[in-house]
Parts: sequence; C-alpha cells; structure tokens
Amino acid sequence: MIFKSLISAAVVAAGVTSSALAADISGAGATFPYPIYAKWADMYKKETGNGLNYQSIGSGGGIKQIKAKTVTFGASDMPLKPEDVKSSGLVQFPTVVGGDVPVVNLDGVKPNELVLDGATLASIFLGKILKWDDPAIAKLNPSVKLPSTPIVVVHRSDGSGTTFIFTDYLSKVSPDWKSSVGASTAVEWPTGLGSKGNEGVANNVAQTKGAIGYVEYAYALQNKMTSVDMINADGKKVEPNSSSFQAAAANADWAKSDSYYVILTNQPGATTWPIAGATFILMYKQPADAAASGEALKFFAWAYANGGKAAEELNYVPLPTAVVSQIGKTWASEITTADGKPVYSAK
Amino acid sequence: MSEMAMQRVSPDASRADPRRLVIRRFAAGDRFFHLATLGAALAVLVILGGVIVSLVVGSAPAFRAFGFGFFTTQVWNPVTEKFGAGAAIFGTLVTSAIAMAIAVPIGIGIAIFLTELCPPALRRPVGVAIELLAGIPSIIYGIWGLFVFAPFMQQYVQPGLIAVFGNVPVLSSVFAGPPYGIGMLTASLILSIMVLPFITSISRDVFETVPPMLKESAYGLGCTTWEVVSNIVLPYTRVGVIGGVMLGLGRALGETMAITFVIGNAHKISASLIGPGTTISATIANEFTEAVGDLYTSSLIALGLILFMITFFVLALARLLLMRLERREGR
Repeated sequence: MIFKSLISAAVVAAGVTSSALAADISGAGATFPYPIYAKWADMYKKETGNGLNYQSIGSGGGIKQIKAKTVTFGASDMPLKPEDVKSSGLVQFPTVVGGDVPVVNLDGVKPNELVLDGATLASIFLGKILKWDDPAIAKLNPSVKLPSTPIVVVHRSDGSGTTFIFTDYLSKVSPDWKSSVGASTAVEWPTGLGSKGNEGVANNVAQTKGAIGYVEYAYALQNKMTSVDMINADGKKVEPNSSSFQAAAANADWAKSDSYYVILTNQPGATTWPIAGATFILMYKQPADAAASGEALKFFAWAYANGGKAAEELNYVPLPTAVVSQIGKTWASEITTADGKPVYSAK
Repeated sequence: MSEMAMQRVSPDASRADPRRLVIRRFAAGDRFFHLATLGAALAVLVILGGVIVSLVVGSAPAFRAFGFGFFTTQVWNPVTEKFGAGAAIFGTLVTSAIAMAIAVPIGIGIAIFLTELCPPALRRPVGVAIELLAGIPSIIYGIWGLFVFAPFMQQYVQPGLIAVFGNVPVLSSVFAGPPYGIGMLTASLILSIMVLPFITSISRDVFETVPPMLKESAYGLGCTTWEVVSNIVLPYTRVGVIGGVMLGLGRALGETMAITFVIGNAHKISASLIGPGTTISATIANEFTEAVGDLYTSSLIALGLILFMITFFVLALARLLLMRLERREGR
C-alpha cells in the first residue's frame, strides 16, 4: 500500500519535473561563461519563472550539440569563422567579455610589478628566453631585480577558450609563434608543463619558483595571483582590471564585423588590455522550434539589460551598449520563423 | 518435478491433464530462464561489439589521413591537424611498466606477510587498509598527487635523483632536467600506489587457498619461511597471482584522472623520466571536450582504439602465459 502510494507520488513528481523542463531554455557549451550564465538563469527564474538548462560541456561540445540540434543555443569561447556560421545556417553573437592574465612566481616580485610585451611573452612560451634575467625581460623592467633562475612555462593541457585567447594574442604579436605554433583551443606547445584547468595552472605556478603561466582574469583576481602587466598594441603599459578589459571591448570594431567574428586580442586603445576575448552564442537562423528560440533570445535580452552588475561581481565585463543594440538588430533581421517573422521582438 | 514426471504414467487421464499443464509450465519457466541468461550473456557481446565497431568507424578518418605513421609519430598539433599517437603510447607503456615494477614485488610482499608472517592482531587492520586503498576514487589520488606528492618530489626526491645520477652515463639522461615535481616518474609512482591493492588483495586471497598440509609438511622437513613461500605457496598459486597482476596492469593502462593531474601533459617522447609526458587516456580526457573538427575528434577516438588494442593484447598475453604454465604443470 505504502509502496503503491510511493510509486504514484513518484509518477506525479516525474510528470511535474518533465513539464517544468519543457519550459526551460536549453543550451550547452563553453565552461568559461558558465558561472555568469548560471547566475543570470537564477535571477531570471526568480523574475519570470522561466528556467535555463545550461550544460557546460566545453565549446567543442557546444558546437556539436547545436549542429545536432539537440539544444536551442550552443555556446563557444572560440568564435566560428563567418563562412562556417553561414554554411551551417547559424547566427553568432557575443554575450560577455573576459580574458587572460599572465601570472608568475618569482621571489620578491609583487603583483603588477613585472611588465612584459607581446614579443617577449611569445619568446618565453616558445622556449627562446630561458632565464628570468634575460636582457629582453630586463630591458622592460629596469627597476625590478630579476633572479637568474630558469623559466618554467606552465600551460593548459585541456582544450580551452583561455588557451585560444592566449595563443591568438601570441600569433598576432609574434610571426614566429604564428608560423610555428598558431592559435587554437589546444596547440602543440614548444615547451613547458601542461596542467588541467585554471586551478591546475595556478597550482603549478604557485609551486614552482620561476614559473610563468596564464589563467582567466577572474581566476587570477579571486586567487590574488602575481599577475603581470602588459605593453598593449599602442605601446602603453596596462594593468589587468575591469576598466582595461572594458576598453578592449569598447575599442574593438564590432560594427564592421561579420557574424561578430571579433577576437579582442591586441586591440587598439591606450588603456586596452591586450589579451581579452568575448564568449559567443550560436543559434539557428530559422529554428525548428521558433517559440523555444524566442524564449532564449528573451533571456539574453533580459541579461544584456539587467545582468551587467551580476557580471561585474563575477569579474566578467559586460558588452558595450552599442554592441548590444547592434545584436538586437541582428536578432530581428536574422533569427526568424519560416515565413520571415522575427522569433523575438523587443517590446 | 521428477516425482510429478513419474506420476505422469498414471492411467487416470483426467488427473494427468492438470499435471501435464504444470509440467509444461515448469518447462516453459526453464526455457524462459535459459533465454534470460542467454540474453544477459549476449548483451555483453553486443555491447563489446558495438564499442569496437564505433571505435573503428570513428577512428577511420584519422587512420586514412595518417596511415601507419599514426602509431609512430609524436606530432600532436591541433592547429595544423597533424596527429600521431607515438608520445601517448610511449607514456602509457612506460608509466604502466614502472608502476608494475614497483607494485608487483611490494604487493606480493604484503600478501606474503599477511598470510604467512603477520601476527593475527595486525592482520585485519592491514587487510582493511589495503582494501580501503582500493576504494579511493582516482580523482582523490590526482588531487593528492598534485598538491602533496608532486611538491614533495620536486623538493626532495627529484633534486636527489638528478644529483646522484648526474654523472652516470645512461642514468644521467634518464634523470635529466629541472625538477618540475610533476612528470612521468611522479605519475608512475602514483599509479603503483593505485594498483597495489589489486595485486595485494588477490594475492592474499589465493595464498590462503594453499592447503595447510602442504605448508606444514614443508615446515616439518625443516624449510625456512622463504623456502616455503618460494617452493610451495608461489608455485601453487601462480595462476591466481598472475591474474591479480594482470588486473592491476589493466587498471594502470587505463587510469585517467590521477595521471592527467601529475604527468605534465606534454606530447613528447623524452628520455628523462622526470620530464613531462602524456598517456592515451590522459590525452583523451584533456582534449575531447574542446576538440573541434572531424580529424581531431577522430584522432582522439583512434587513441581510444589503440588503448583498447593494448589492453586486449595484454589480456591475451596473460591468457597465453597461463595456458603454457598449466600445460607444463600437466606434463
């Protein structure tokens, strides 16, 4: 008797959850924006009652899932090439901005004391500069006492958007890097140790004297790591902070971009942090389930309008307002039902 | 049932009918039981076949693109889409070999101590500790390896090895390079700890099956404990011990998470054990989620197929070894 009522309770509960899931917006992909998507989803659910089911399975997985049409949107840290976006019938747009910070472990060197430029950073990661007191580093840091210890390079071993942003930057500033290594979520590293995840890189850098690695900006900030300043494309020294990331997003030329294919590395501007990057959403132009896509766009529209503060709290950088209004126009003209009506229109 | 079958010959036809029904029901039940167990057995074959087929199909593009060179080259470049499994195969075999070289003598040693020499009061706690070691999830070994064991290796063990073997001809290149802490040697040592309980607990269980009469006779003839173990216990339990070792080796070859944390994940074949390397399973775990592009994914699946083949050959080799041993004993 008890057993029977238990079963019927379970059946009722299953019915309830499945109907609740049906209303949820479904998405999958990048792990980097997962904390902010989860936060937005939580706030959005409280406000509207609609939930978001986001699986942070990695950018590669997100692209595969959206191409298999198992989710309403896919998320990727590495933007798809415009021709790839078009040939798959997709629309691509950015959501938030983040980026990488080089971190070091050197005796007597405090956070933001050391400064490097792109060419030197590339030479270090190419294994061409082997000691910390190399003239190239010393020239940039006349006031810092550099030890004669060997440089231990630490990089990500797992495929990652963080690595994509970092290697893309090195490819832009070093022809050598571009021809011998290139830019991707995983590359063939010429030297160094591979560690899994930001936490792995952070830990190996913390344990090894003379180590240099790169981690996500938010991760470096929250763990108070010894971050390195950079010389940006304008030749100015910049510190990694929210305003220098914002400058990177604002100074990029979004308006002329195709499918928002903009990688925020080495962007112009005196206060621009050079190793920044946006994270992207992929959706179908003519979705099979127009209502579901409409709900997803409603969520992102809400997030652009109301999610900026939450993003800053989690050390992400919101998109400039000009870009947000441009994205709104893209939605209206490109994401439509079969008869050409936009699936979402701002009220 | 046999009783009923005997009664079936009773001349009373009206009473035989319900009996026949009952018997038929039993027979049907038996047939159903037979089919159900057959289905369970076949399910394993179907699943195994499905895994093999999907691995072969998935890896076909990689083998088509790189040919036999996939097994031997150590390039792993996702940007230019050139892949080779050399470094991963090398790392897998070397770490497993070192782990087994350490774990087999220690594991069998523990088992001998527990069954032959251990005071009864200590037997239980040590036995339970070994079994608990087997129950620790591999991610815990990975975290412990990264946060505790690797710094220890970096500060004490590796500088020592480099200093001691620095001037010895061959060993100087085996223990060369800066002490990173993580690397092939650290991974091998962690692996040896992980496979130890398998070898120990199986060896202990089979050692306990040795008839006391054999051992006591040997002791009665004046054999030392060493002589009893090497001449009575080990020959008697050879098959079981090899089974345990193979189980451990299987785990060592396929171990993923703990290795990923401590091996350094560099796609290079280096002579130095202190240097970073990679294994097949670590590569797959690291790169599968973000692998974009058909050739990249296919190469990772091909790595999976290679691991499958290595494990299969190891098991087949173990079987062959056991068969030869048994035949020699039969002679």
